[in-house]
Amino acid sequence: MLTSTINAFTSYLGSPLPPGNAGNQLWALIYVLIIFAGVAVVVLCMNWIERKALAHFQIRLGPMRVGPHGLLQPIADALKLMLKEDIIPDEADKLVFWVAPLIGLVAAFTVYTVIPFGPSQAVSDMNIGILFMLGVSSLGVLGIVTAGWASNSHYPLIGALRSSAQMVSYEVAMGLAVVSAILMTSLNRTGTGTLSMIGIVQAQQQQGIWFLFKFFPLGLIAFVIFAIAMVAETNRSPFDLAEAESELTAGFHTEYSGLRWSLFMLAEYAAMIAVSAIAVTLWLGGWLHPFPNALNGPAWEFIFSLFPGLTFGALALFAVIGTVRMPSHSFFRIQRAGLAVFALLLAFIALLLFVIAILGRNPDASIAARFREGIDYVYWFMLKVAIFMYLFIWYRATWPRYRFDQLMKVGWKVMLPISLGVLILTAIVGVFVS
Amino acid sequence: MNPALVIPALAHPSRMAAAFIDSAPNPAAPIATPWFFYGLAAAAVISGLLVITRRNAVHSALSLIVTLLSVAGLYLMLYAPFVAGVQIIVYAGGIMVLFLFVIMLVNIERVSKERQFNRIWPVGLLASCALLALFMSAIQKGKSLFLDRMVQLPEGTNTQQIAAALYGETGKMGQYTFAFEIASLLLLVAILGAVIMTKKKI
Repeated sequence: MLTSTINAFTSYLGSPLPPGNAGNQLWALIYVLIIFAGVAVVVLCMNWIERKALAHFQIRLGPMRVGPHGLLQPIADALKLMLKEDIIPDEADKLVFWVAPLIGLVAAFTVYTVIPFGPSQAVSDMNIGILFMLGVSSLGVLGIVTAGWASNSHYPLIGALRSSAQMVSYEVAMGLAVVSAILMTSLNRTGTGTLSMIGIVQAQQQQGIWFLFKFFPLGLIAFVIFAIAMVAETNRSPFDLAEAESELTAGFHTEYSGLRWSLFMLAEYAAMIAVSAIAVTLWLGGWLHPFPNALNGPAWEFIFSLFPGLTFGALALFAVIGTVRMPSHSFFRIQRAGLAVFALLLAFIALLLFVIAILGRNPDASIAARFREGIDYVYWFMLKVAIFMYLFIWYRATWPRYRFDQLMKVGWKVMLPISLGVLILTAIVGVFVS
Repeated sequence: MNPALVIPALAHPSRMAAAFIDSAPNPAAPIATPWFFYGLAAAAVISGLLVITRRNAVHSALSLIVTLLSVAGLYLMLYAPFVAGVQIIVYAGGIMVLFLFVIMLVNIERVSKERQFNRIWPVGLLASCALLALFMSAIQKGKSLFLDRMVQLPEGTNTQQIAAALYGETGKMGQYTFAFEIASLLLLVAILGAVIMTKKKI
């Protein structure tokens, strides 16, 4: 039993397939756990970054009290939410009220099965990858709708109705934009197309172009349509009519409190990361570093593999600057020490990444080289996703909320015709170019 | 459907235990076990019963979603991932959200006091029993038509095969191209009809 488990553990190392395709359930489980923990940590970080960035957009400081620069604020928030009383309204539909947050959470986390962090850094590579992602992420709205209905109260119900109408409208434009990107995988001398997430990125690698720039400006337009629709899909500002706090108190989750409410928040951020990952995979070359065909070879590979270390080094530098600039009053002694330790931790991670980059610089089949490659893939993928996550915050700070009739008008009369036109033009151009 | 047809692993009860540990990279080996089939089938049947027995329409709709998802799981077991994906997108994600949208506008208090079944339910029971008997006899009589184990379908090219059947390969029309186009024309007419009926002035 033990030896066979160890055997299952080691035999996967060096496999070019994702664990789901290699048939290795142990590693699939490990990947699932890594992704689950990683997403939870990223959501905590996003919580802090969003509050800080929004505050700075509005010329405020944001959280400053809990930890240096409010770094421990998300942990304090999480503790508060867990300790809060869990209220279920008397007139609520208890079972549905209880299940609703879980629906959203499960739908948001299930799509991570097919997100390709690298050519083998995914839980599984499905033949229908992108279809699966769109389908399961569209189930997330069921969580919102059931939550709004089960609360048995007016504001949540209106929020749920708005949300379901919005999702159905924007899914159409989103789907058509995705189809035009899928068309691109099959055109232009590559033979057959694919729906697999890994296959889509590999198609971009083979064709030597991100689909964002393919058939300029068709790819760009499809990308913009998707980028707008994905904000609407995740119910984020300026499309956050389902939880419009100036009109509906808190919309669909008005009656939720404590841990259940935090599940909604977790699901929302997980869904944001997931849709950003779709956009990155379809149009921005997924795990590929910039210009993978022009800047290849061992020297460039080595330079690009230094970036993860440099990123953590820069973060460590910021932490060091923060430590130095901390007021030298005895009140700040603990905060200062804490920030210094945090800086050391970041510097240690940076050092570790540099060591891996140097050890694995020879592109051979050694463990270090494979590890270095894996870190590179995940790093470039996450960097692109991070840009989208920042954009989500930027939108929220910049634009006022849509009115509902404007929302419907934009969805059906602007985005749907444009995405349909782009789809037809992509097909025509594809046929004539190849 | 006879479970033995669907699941070749039924003949090897040890396979499920072995699959967890067995690390031999053999992507063709079926991971879906009988237990998946029994679980999904039970979920589909139980939630299907809940759809017609719940008084609350929203509960019925939610049960229907569970049924549809279980059926999608069964499609996955039959090596038809594309059909499963479409089932989730179209039914569970699209149509059921619209269903819920409409049901929420209905006054559930009043509806739940109304009588749920009308008086002809014995007729319905009889009809469904007859249908069940028909299915059973079809399975019994046509046993020789079924293979004793499942054909290993190429899962990796499932989507491409469906596309070839619907649209045809290069230079030749697919088997179902004509029927597919007629169906899409019919849907277009239905959409236009719905728009015209709701709009008083175009």
